[in-house]
Amino acid sequence: MAFDYEKYIRPGKLPHIWCPGCGHGIVMKGLIRAIDKCGLSKNRTAIISGIGCASRLPGYVDFNTVHTAHGRAAAFATGMKMADPGLTVLCVGGDGDGVAIGGNHFIHACRRNIDITYIIMNNHIYGMTGGQFSPCTPTDGFASTTPYGNPDPVFDIAKLAIGAGATFVARTTAYHANQIDKMIVEGIQHKGFSVIEILDCCPTSYGRRNKFRSVVEMMKQHKELAVPVTAAAKMTPEDLQGKIITGILHQEEKPEYCEQYARLIDKVQAQTAGKG
Amino acid sequence: MGIPKIEIIEKYCKGCSICVEFCPTQVLQMDGFVARVVKPEACIKCMQCELRCPDFAIKVYPE
Repeated sequence: MAFDYEKYIRPGKLPHIWCPGCGHGIVMKGLIRAIDKCGLSKNRTAIISGIGCASRLPGYVDFNTVHTAHGRAAAFATGMKMADPGLTVLCVGGDGDGVAIGGNHFIHACRRNIDITYIIMNNHIYGMTGGQFSPCTPTDGFASTTPYGNPDPVFDIAKLAIGAGATFVARTTAYHANQIDKMIVEGIQHKGFSVIEILDCCPTSYGRRNKFRSVVEMMKQHKELAVPVTAAAKMTPEDLQGKIITGILHQEEKPEYCEQYARLIDKVQAQTAGKG
Repeated sequence: MGIPKIEIIEKYCKGCSICVEFCPTQVLQMDGFVARVVKPEACIKCMQCELRCPDFAIKVYPE
């Protein structure tokens, strides 16, 4: 049966502004299916974004949404979660917004292990602002600001999140559309900071400059490079060179920040009781 | 099991051709900048076109 996406989309908002073939629409559909599967109420779900193509997503979906300053989605989300820990808080954004301009907020949200699900749509470029290279632009890749090829090494968002202390880290691609909602459901259900990196296609700003003839070619490349985490465990580091490992890469239980904070308040109130 | 109903919402379709290229049985075809259903009887109801359409433009009703 066709899935009824309209139930979760603000009336009159479609068609969206994303370019033909842009994977953000595929991710948005995955996010809607995941929220539907989790049975979350519209009034008790908040979706927060920064600035960028991917960050336009909250404008279309009918939840409590905040479109914040560039890179500051995690900071605003932390505030909302602290003010109302019962709220389901999700952040969405691109690679430039999440790990470059908002890199500081991102790693500290990971460190605190606050119960937020952060969905990063990694399309390897700053699409909206004119195709500048981001920390996720592949080495030797072309962008408007790297006309001779990008000399920089690439950020591995999943490893960065694990290193910074996130307790759930998963990766998939826009090609693997049926995995997107599964990963997001796991992320929402996990108590702690969940990072879901979704490798996305930007045919306009990245594809055209990097000799991809169409978005289909970009998606086929993701299909060929993707290796499930179970298969990757049996492969040598040389074989995994240049591959995209997909699946749940890391999951652990650690104290959650809102609960820790509530415990601290209880402790201090008990200590100071009767002293006033 | 009858032939599924495949609906293409033309005003949403931007002509990226993802659905056409990834359809395992070539049910869809591009007609300029819009995808069209040309062989509904070949549809195996895998729903991949509906899942991958970035523009919310395809709906597949298996029955």
